[in-house]
Amino acid sequence: MKRIARLSMQALAYFVFAAPIAYFASMPSYRYAEPDRTSIKLSIVHTTERVEPCVPLTQEQIAELAANMRRAESCERERLPLYVELDVDGRTVIKSTSLPSGLWRDGHASVYQRFDVPGGRHSIAVRIRDSARSAGWDYEQSTTADLQAGRYFTVTFRSETGEFVFR
Amino acid sequence: MTHDQWYLAGIMRSLHRYASDALVVVVVLHLLREFSLDRLRGKRFFAWITGVPSLFFIYICGIGGYWLVWDRLAQYIAIATTEWLDSLPLFGQPIANNFLNSMTLGGRFFTLMVFIHIFAPLFMLLMMWIHIQRHARARVNPPKPLAIGTAITLLVLSLWWPALSQGPADLDVVPTELGLDWFYLAAYPLLDLIPGGKLWLIVFGGLLFLALLPWLPPARPAPSAVVSLDNCNGCGRCFDDCPFSAITMVPRSDGKGYDAEAAVSVDNCMACGLCVGACPTSTPFRRTAEIVSGIELPQLPIAKLREETLAASGRFAGAPRVLVYACEHCGADKIDDSKYQVVPIPCVGMLPPSFIDFALSRNLADGVFLAGCADGDCYFRLGDQWTRERVAGTRDPYLRKRVDRDRLQLGHFRSHERAQRQASLAEFSSSLTARADDSPERESS
Repeated sequence: MKRIARLSMQALAYFVFAAPIAYFASMPSYRYAEPDRTSIKLSIVHTTERVEPCVPLTQEQIAELAANMRRAESCERERLPLYVELDVDGRTVIKSTSLPSGLWRDGHASVYQRFDVPGGRHSIAVRIRDSARSAGWDYEQSTTADLQAGRYFTVTFRSETGEFVFR
Repeated sequence: MTHDQWYLAGIMRSLHRYASDALVVVVVLHLLREFSLDRLRGKRFFAWITGVPSLFFIYICGIGGYWLVWDRLAQYIAIATTEWLDSLPLFGQPIANNFLNSMTLGGRFFTLMVFIHIFAPLFMLLMMWIHIQRHARARVNPPKPLAIGTAITLLVLSLWWPALSQGPADLDVVPTELGLDWFYLAAYPLLDLIPGGKLWLIVFGGLLFLALLPWLPPARPAPSAVVSLDNCNGCGRCFDDCPFSAITMVPRSDGKGYDAEAAVSVDNCMACGLCVGACPTSTPFRRTAEIVSGIELPQLPIAKLREETLAASGRFAGAPRVLVYACEHCGADKIDDSKYQVVPIPCVGMLPPSFIDFALSRNLADGVFLAGCADGDCYFRLGDQWTRERVAGTRDPYLRKRVDRDRLQLGHFRSHERAQRQASLAEFSSSLTARADDSPERESS
């Protein structure tokens, strides 16, 4: 009898150990996103212009350089920040300034942001400034798209062609 | 996998998941237990702070494992984790771009994840190895019955409630309702409320706080054991019995004809006294003018322990006289009955068996009661086990055969088990009384 009681208590102890594991391994469920909304991702990775423009080297200056270091122009490494704005239905949703990566600020500048909008037809406009100009934009583009609820809509930029991609 | 080949792959997958969840439960219980028993401060800081990075690796293993399934949950974890990582100024460009849409996902991603899921556990294993470096005879495996019971429980759970995928991942579709594994992913929903950078601060701040707990407040460690070379013959019993790898046997330095001598690492020594209990020279029977053991605790040398034993014996007012050697960490101060005379010691394992013989053969007490920590729960480690084995005659130094075992009792209690301790003492006391009533001397008188 004692043995049965002991085994029963052991079984109960194992149950108490396993039950929370079974439950919390997948429950309670978590609602990550509303099913009637579209998630827009803006992702831009772009190399901006240099802070100081490159200076052409004279033939004498080139000749003074070591043979393996000879180049046509001399360039400072640091690049400008990247300004990005994105509008949805005429309202600015993202306004971002990104510094170039790297210790010398000579790498890519990048923006990644995600936000939700109700599914349906929306006008989307995006623009970036990668130069030293104080006003206006170097690249801009807009589109009107039917955004399907429960799906992602991505806005990216192809630096090589200067085009935005809405997908 | 769970449906198509439930009998092998399905069970293995469910076992893998539930065992990893059980790991989190057991690690948290272990952490709370060591904290509540104050086994983290002073020289024990090492095990504590090396345990903290292990937590980090456990989570890398667990979370990385979920990515490999590549279902909707994996998709959510991949996006949330990379966005969270991108909040740190570590990467030249956002790594979340890898999961921008179905066009950006490459096969190399899975190669990377497999690599992480294999190597992170290896790092975890390395951390666990470091974690127990200051523990001799660390028990890394559970007792066999517990291992079998746990394996059967998880197996039954895997059959009854198999782990399932949550639909194939599609980077163009937003996962909405997810069954999170809250053991590993409890922090993720917080990303909806708190910016990623702040959540990193909370996580790393929490880990830092955890790592600093041994010094909040700092402990005042007792002085380490000291070796008396005049009395040490280099037998190595203290080396064998030290639970914290604090003793090493080094070549003899005093020119005596022994091979080795014991050397105590001040950094590792917890002053538990188990080495004193193991030393064959720790005996109150010695006839030298000054009793000094080969290894001593400065705060309680053998000579002082002998004096305290004699003093306690002198305080008995009635019979039966029960002399209690009680562990200071398991409630020795809570024995307040005047019928029992208590000699507090740092650990029952510190008591050389010869003291039991001394107390009984010199008629200093009618019975000796050793009040130690609960079975397998010695404050220092191994003290209860060594004592039991020494008394049983299976571990050197043995309790002499001439000692009447009926006049000796070993009790194992947690510090709050006051009633059990008193009941056990009363029972022992009654048995001594009954024994005295039945003795031939009593009958003849």
